[in-house]
Amino acid sequence: MSTVKFLQSLTLWELVRGLRLTGRHLFERKITVQYPEEKTPQSARFRGLHALRRYANGEERCIACKLCEAVCPAVAITIESEPRDDGTRRTTRYDIDLTKCIFCGFCEESCPVDSIVETRHFEYHGEQRGDLLMTKEKLLAHGDLMEEQIAKDRQQEMAYR
Amino acid sequence: MSDDHVTIEVDGQSIEARKGSMLIEATDAAGIYIPRFCYHKHLSVAANCRMCLVEVERAPKPLPACATPVMDGMKVSTKSPYAIAAQRSTMEFLLINHPLDCPICDQGGECELQDLAMGYGGDVSRYSERKRVVRDKDIGPLVQTDMTRCIHCTRCVRFGEEIAGLRELGATGRGEDMEIGTYIAKSMSSELSGNVIDLCPVGALTSKPYRYSARAWELQQRDGVAPHDCLGSNVHFHIKGSKVKRVVPKDNSAVNETWLSDRDRFSYEALNSDDRLLSPRIKRDGQWQDCDWDTALSSVALRLGELGASVGGESIGAIASPSSTTEEFYLLQRLVRELGGKSIDHRPRQIDFSADKMAPLAPSLGVSLAQLECADVILIVGANPRLDQPLINHRIRKAALAGATVLVVNSVDYDFNFPVAQSFIVPPSQITSVLGGIAKVTDSSNENPEPVLAGLDSFIATEAHESIASKLVAARSAVVMIGNFAQRHADFGQIYALATRIANATSSRLAQLTDGANSAGGWLAGAIPHRGPGGRKLVAAGLDADGMFDSPLAAYILLGIEPEFDCLRPQKVIDALCGAYVIAFSAFTNASLEASADVLLPIATYAENEGSYVNALGQWQEFSPAVRAPGEARPAWKVIRVLGAQLSLPGFDAINVADVTGDIASLCEGAEKPNCETAIVNINQLVSESLNAEAVVEIPLYSIDALVRHGLALQSTPLPKADCVFLNGATAKQLGLISGEQAVIKGDHSETVMTVAIDDKVGDGSYLVYVAQPGASAYSGAQHMQISKA
Repeated sequence: MSTVKFLQSLTLWELVRGLRLTGRHLFERKITVQYPEEKTPQSARFRGLHALRRYANGEERCIACKLCEAVCPAVAITIESEPRDDGTRRTTRYDIDLTKCIFCGFCEESCPVDSIVETRHFEYHGEQRGDLLMTKEKLLAHGDLMEEQIAKDRQQEMAYR
Repeated sequence: MSDDHVTIEVDGQSIEARKGSMLIEATDAAGIYIPRFCYHKHLSVAANCRMCLVEVERAPKPLPACATPVMDGMKVSTKSPYAIAAQRSTMEFLLINHPLDCPICDQGGECELQDLAMGYGGDVSRYSERKRVVRDKDIGPLVQTDMTRCIHCTRCVRFGEEIAGLRELGATGRGEDMEIGTYIAKSMSSELSGNVIDLCPVGALTSKPYRYSARAWELQQRDGVAPHDCLGSNVHFHIKGSKVKRVVPKDNSAVNETWLSDRDRFSYEALNSDDRLLSPRIKRDGQWQDCDWDTALSSVALRLGELGASVGGESIGAIASPSSTTEEFYLLQRLVRELGGKSIDHRPRQIDFSADKMAPLAPSLGVSLAQLECADVILIVGANPRLDQPLINHRIRKAALAGATVLVVNSVDYDFNFPVAQSFIVPPSQITSVLGGIAKVTDSSNENPEPVLAGLDSFIATEAHESIASKLVAARSAVVMIGNFAQRHADFGQIYALATRIANATSSRLAQLTDGANSAGGWLAGAIPHRGPGGRKLVAAGLDADGMFDSPLAAYILLGIEPEFDCLRPQKVIDALCGAYVIAFSAFTNASLEASADVLLPIATYAENEGSYVNALGQWQEFSPAVRAPGEARPAWKVIRVLGAQLSLPGFDAINVADVTGDIASLCEGAEKPNCETAIVNINQLVSESLNAEAVVEIPLYSIDALVRHGLALQSTPLPKADCVFLNGATAKQLGLISGEQAVIKGDHSETVMTVAIDDKVGDGSYLVYVAQPGASAYSGAQHMQISKA
């Protein structure tokens, strides 16, 4: 065993082996993407920034059942609710603290009306304190912006839910 | 095994059960759970939900545990495949028509159906037809209905019949058309209506003020004591963040069982009211200015010191709300008495104090509630217990339904929810005549005669009086109960003395129902003008709650009092306050306080306070704060303590409220029994004055204290009209008054114009006015008032 190793070390065999690997990758098709110009493909189950959805008639879906708040393992969701003027159960406050959120997707899973969802959007940042606190208005606006993609993804995943 | 017990075997476990009891009672006592919806330990058995089906050996079918009496040697399995199959089938039927709206249902998270569906429900419904839909009913501002969710357990219906004594809810239709509702569209008017919220096993009946505001799992539970009647019901506060979201009863079979009156349940809304006083305020040049505690208290201390030096401490008077804590009473009386004052009281709604000297250490019910339930004769004098003390009334009702004879002497024929054997509806001044007549008969039949009561001879005993007296004498255990109306009576002293005389002569117990939550505490802590803490003798008695406003003092301390509403003669009190230096401790802003006070100090309400209440049963019920008081508001006992320390008075160095409680308790321990001689009160048959009709002053159920007056939901219930004077048809005709027209009520110095309304509940020769609410303050409450056509 040690004689073989000794002879191999004289022929620089390990160096050749390493160079062979380097050489193979040098001529192989590259997988590196030039982010942000290029992007990797995303799954329909991607768990990015949250959004609150609306029905087609513009009515917000959320009914303030507070299941997402209860299930959230990071206690990142805060909801306050009261009867709206038409007597329906609605939130007056729906905050997600993104600095606490661990993007586990439990909120989305617990939602009985598919209101809170995690979208494919992950490129966001905050410049000042409070920017990473998603309020109800921000979440709804984000939902409005992404609705087409969200609906398509839910459609695609329907068979597995 | 004793004679009245049998042994049964449940799930292989041997259990002893009382003969004749139902299976479910035995299993509950043994800690074996059987699922149920319609069974409730305080209601009759209906056996209509079928959820409690169990397997009983040698029975051909599964039997409902709630309606199956135990039999010796019975073998029951609650979890056998046979029993479980029966329970699962029942659950499947119940879920056929139950909507799947748990996410928006307020009961979600604390729902019996939801919980049991987890254990017994299927994953997927086999029922594909349409679910039934039931239109919601509007049954008032307290209880919200979602009738589609109803599973027809009829707990609410049985509650109405058996506990509230009002058949307000009932079932109409059969089978799938069965609906629970008020037969004709109306609000629930029971003073206990909120209990159906707790009873409803699903979300069909929920709390309207609490609607959609929180979930059961986010609430923290803290204990407390309700502050509205002298029973002191035990409650749980449910808190989210720093706010009380709702109040529910805490089981205590010696006090409130599982029930709670609407007043106790919904008055928490006042805690979050916009009218809360949030920082100390001082009046400077007629303008109110917010300030900090240091400024406010040093200004008060300076002024009190000056007044003490210039006009003497005797010109300082204090009046406290009867719902203040015992510790607040104690520190307040100490403050006043250390400053040299004598006048302190906690009974702003009492006028006649002549019975003070013969009163015991503290007013009490004299019997336990269990004893009250077993009483066989109850004489109610000047009381409407149904509205004044709803849960004491519940015990009287229990006694009445068990066969007790209830006798009533009142000025208004109140709607009692139990049968009354004999009632005297007389003008207020005649109440003493009736009692005098009864006392005369009982005195003559008394085997151990007491000293002769001067003046008793002047009364005339009629046959009706004799019949009442004979019932009291023959009774095994009788209770003579004087209530809140009697306490407000201009001859309360005589009523009290005569009632005591009757009780002594017939070996009955004397029960006194008092205003507020802590009148007994007020007496024990010495917040009364004629006795110190623990009934200590004083060198000289001070002025009482009425007397201290006769000739204005130099300074008044008001603790939790809104003079406009809490005093029986508001005009006189406000006039006296306007010329004096007034320090007002209050949780709420109030127009009459702002007009008359010089300093407003924000204090904590019952949920934010710590201390103790002594109830009518003599129980000291201690409580600690459930939430923090808003803004700068502080518990009043702390404020008084700091004020006392700033004035360098001795005895104001307690750090914990428990120290103060301990001081009072030790003072009460060595208390000697006061002299309870009836002869102290001057008894005489009233010579009827030349009044055409007598005033009966009532305080509506939801106006009794500042808390209920600021409870939004309670205030949205139909309240008696403040601008109306109520007479019965005959009296109105006699006085020439017509319904809807104006009448003038003239006093010595005042005149009030009110609309005439006919109410045949009012006795002959009386007129009824409701006070203590906005719009009623015009009624001055002076004596000798004449009513005539405008």
